Amino acid sequence: MDLILSGLSFVVDSAVDVLPIAIFLFAFQRLVIGKPLANGKRIAVGFIFVVLGIGLFLDGLELTLFPLGKLMAQQLTNPEFLYEAVGKAVNDLVWQDYYWVYIFACAIGFSTTLAEPALIAVAMKANTVSGGAIGVWGLRVAVALGVGVGVGLGCYRIVTGLPIHYFIAAGYLVVIVQTLVAPKLIVPLAYDSGGVTTSTVTVPLITALGLGLSEAVPGRSALLDGFGLVAFASLFPIISVLAYGQLAVLKERIPAILAAIRYLKEEE
Amino acid sequence: MKDSLIALANDALGSARDLLPIVVVISVFQVFVFDESVTSLFSMAGGALLVIAGLAFFIFGLRLALFPIGEGLAHALASKGSVFWLVVFAFTLGFGTTIAEPALIAIAAEAAEVAFGADAIAASAEAKIGYALGLRLTVALAVGVALVVGVLRILADWSLPVIIIAGYCLVVLLTTIAPVEIVGIAYDSGGVTTSTVTVPLVTALGIGLASSIRGRNAMTDGFGLIALASLTPILFVLAYGIVTQWT
Repeated sequence: MDLILSGLSFVVDSAVDVLPIAIFLFAFQRLVIGKPLANGKRIAVGFIFVVLGIGLFLDGLELTLFPLGKLMAQQLTNPEFLYEAVGKAVNDLVWQDYYWVYIFACAIGFSTTLAEPALIAVAMKANTVSGGAIGVWGLRVAVALGVGVGVGLGCYRIVTGLPIHYFIAAGYLVVIVQTLVAPKLIVPLAYDSGGVTTSTVTVPLITALGLGLSEAVPGRSALLDGFGLVAFASLFPIISVLAYGQLAVLKERIPAILAAIRYLKEEE
Repeated sequence: MKDSLIALANDALGSARDLLPIVVVISVFQVFVFDESVTSLFSMAGGALLVIAGLAFFIFGLRLALFPIGEGLAHALASKGSVFWLVVFAFTLGFGTTIAEPALIAIAAEAAEVAFGADAIAASAEAKIGYALGLRLTVALAVGVALVVGVLRILADWSLPVIIIAGYCLVVLLTTIAPVEIVGIAYDSGGVTTSTVTVPLVTALGIGLASSIRGRNAMTDGFGLIALASLTPILFVLAYGIVTQWT
């Protein structure tokens, strides 16, 4: 019963979130385009499914994933657990001793991204638009890998307290170089992947992780060090998706290269 | 009707497969790293079912409603040829979806709490609310502007990499003069803005627009709006930090 009630309240919340956009779209349709929506019934049903879907999804997150995520953050920075893992007291710890944090951060970044509905939607779109050249799964795995590495590295930055803009500037330098050599087709998609990964699901989860970490590690402050994980999670997928594009081109070229080698041998 | 049910069941199956890695990661950590038993996780199975059902409904509904409307509107506006209405549409879409974004509301409140705890803002409830609202308005404005630039880019065929690279050079420049405590939040706000609702709609706008203009490739021109919407909030929040520092 409680489950149903809390589910209902989430559905109402998500309806409130979606309502302004829905009103705005309908108003635009009537006032600027000046004709009613085609397939009005179908679209109404679709909106109901979107609202229900977001509501149920967020409710499920609140019941399942958030409590688990919070529990994990506490367990990972627990002094007793750290003492058992590396045999040092809290004040003697160096950044390497928090290795379980990085492993968890990578794993959680990877797995939440794989389950991200917005990313699934964009990947399907990219697959259709590219005529199948960009695989739905290939793109999703590339983005998820990027987020995993990004969140892991972001946790390393929080533990060490290094300035965030060093990492961001270096990351974008890599992006610039890749942009110059990667296939043109993949570039805008790669840039978008950064923003797509970090939506309603991932953001609160990894923000809580970062803030919890900055409070638990000696010498760090939530204000200066706690934020930034979302930025890392947005940057690294750009690099990994560009790399995915570069790999796809390379794969296409391999048969051609092999054929050329065979041809040269026959010439001899 | 039967086809819809099959599509919905397929979406549910896909969602279950998507949730699997999360369940596996956390179970492995509980059992092998913390020596806890998995039985404590069984109580959360109901929530997991909600996640699966929610994902399936969401994707099913998107294909039915949000994508067709966004593309239809963008097509209609593009063929109408009114740059003015396209720009108004883009700005309102960005501003409206961002100001209502639940993740941004949560993060802005969190940022205000942290700033409050560290005595970075005045010690009053009003200062906290004002700080959070200022942050949200700044980010919403930034996303609105980003979509306007993005739409103009598609219309005028500007190079996306050039805009993005120039933007990030500006970010690095602003970082050096912005107050230290705003930097982390500014960088984060870039990723926070693009939510579950905004992303599909904005992507549909871009692709619809690009595919309705002759000589544009939906692939290279259609994507890129979200990238801009992730960039401008960083710039705007850094600027917000610099400006509020003086006042």
